Amino acid sequence: MDINDLRTIFTVLAFVGFVGIVWWAYSGKRKASFDEAAKLALSEDGPEASLKNDAGRQHN
Amino acid sequence: MQSQATYNYKVVRQFAVMTVIWGIVGMLVGVIIAAQLVWPELNVHEFLSYGRLRPLHTNAVIFAFGGCALFATSFYVVQRTCHTTLFAPGLASFIFWAWQLIIVLAALSLPLGFTSGKEYAELEWPIDLLITVVWVAYAIVFFGTIGTRKTPHIYVANWFYGAFIIAVALLHIFNSAEIPVFEAGILTPKSYSAYAGVQDAMIQWWYGHNAVGFFLTAAFLGMMYYFVPKQAGRPVYSYRLSVVHFWALIFTYMWAGPHHLHYTALPDWTQSVGMLFSLILLAPSWGGMINGIMTLSGAWHKLRDDPILKFLITSLSFYGMSTFEGPMMSIKTVNALSHYTDWTVGHVHSGALGWVGMVSIGSMYYLIPKLFGKTEMHSTKLVNVHFWLATLGTVLYIAALWISGVMQGLMWRATNADGTLTYAFVESVKASYPFWTIRVVGGLLFLSGMILMAYNMFKTIASGRAVDDAKVLEPAHAH
Repeated sequence: MDINDLRTIFTVLAFVGFVGIVWWAYSGKRKASFDEAAKLALSEDGPEASLKNDAGRQHN
Repeated sequence: MQSQATYNYKVVRQFAVMTVIWGIVGMLVGVIIAAQLVWPELNVHEFLSYGRLRPLHTNAVIFAFGGCALFATSFYVVQRTCHTTLFAPGLASFIFWAWQLIIVLAALSLPLGFTSGKEYAELEWPIDLLITVVWVAYAIVFFGTIGTRKTPHIYVANWFYGAFIIAVALLHIFNSAEIPVFEAGILTPKSYSAYAGVQDAMIQWWYGHNAVGFFLTAAFLGMMYYFVPKQAGRPVYSYRLSVVHFWALIFTYMWAGPHHLHYTALPDWTQSVGMLFSLILLAPSWGGMINGIMTLSGAWHKLRDDPILKFLITSLSFYGMSTFEGPMMSIKTVNALSHYTDWTVGHVHSGALGWVGMVSIGSMYYLIPKLFGKTEMHSTKLVNVHFWLATLGTVLYIAALWISGVMQGLMWRATNADGTLTYAFVESVKASYPFWTIRVVGGLLFLSGMILMAYNMFKTIASGRAVDDAKVLEPAHAH
């Protein structure tokens, strides 16, 4: 096996890894936890601000 | 106990103020060199000649203005979204002073003619070593803060900042590998690259393009992922898109560098790989732009009278434009026309002024009042004036250089029926003067906006107080 085989294997593995990430990100199970993470930027102004933002989200 | 702790705003404040100061310095040098192209008599002394000042301009705007903006925002965002105070505050303070020292050393050594000649990595070896120390300290403070977070999640903005810190460490170490000439001394340093020939060129542009990809893109996307949702008052449009386009950027950017070396001694297949990956980059770049702009979905009316949001959303539009233009320019046949012309410089400034500049300015206008105990800047009207000066300046700049760039490319390739060149090089220089003059005007407009910003900032500081008692908030889900 020469270095080009290793390079080929690495490239294929990187691609498979990326497809895995897409599959993981779009699996339904992640939705609730992503929603929670997305609120981290807003909820950190305190509970009142986070309630207000939650109310805002209802209109989406 | 946790509520006793306060956020470390001191280092954020120091970096935020210096962002504006270095922005003015770096852009002033940019205006000077733009004027030197139009009026060569302005090259009054060798220390202040175009060749010495040009690397000073690029280093000052990228690493002093952009760098300070990134330190300020990353230290603010990581504390706020991790609900904890900064890890190793003493080290954070060291980072601030050491980074200012590096900037001053750059401002002295480059005009004096000390350079390793590598674009965006011109600084000589003693400064390179100092940068390495600061960067290790930065990684410790940033990842240490993430390690002590009070939330289960690591917010997406921190992913982008983290990738930027790791990638820049890698880039700096490999591209700055050099053999010092110790006989030259430390105060008058000289070094030679550890690589030779085309390998040296490839490593330089692997570095150069990833400096664009990770310093000027990933890190500023981190800024975008915090300040756009914050200013719009809505969570990011699609969190899963942010995850996917993050990893797509990471996997792709590393391979795009060869497009800087089309039609050179670089092997042809390497050029083609670089072009292919540059074309693929369009997808993750636009993923980020769409995610940022669509965060405003349902709140578009806020754009009408909020100049900070105008800065942020306009920056994303320029990001989308320049990340469309970039892949197009990496196509070898297009590059045959655009390479070595003003088109490249125009493209860079569409990204640098339009994207990096405006997203930083918008974020600073959000941040500065918060750091000085105010609800908003001293004058929102002046923020609005600044927005229009910056937008007009950028558009004038890039439109002028599009025209001169394409014109230069066409003039250089024009041949007569007998195969001789239609134009001498100097004729293309002569034809470029009107556009270079417009560029000076565009640059002046952008610079005058920064001066307004400094005035506005100092008025805000004068009527405010340094906030050092902002309590660390408990994560929302803990209630």
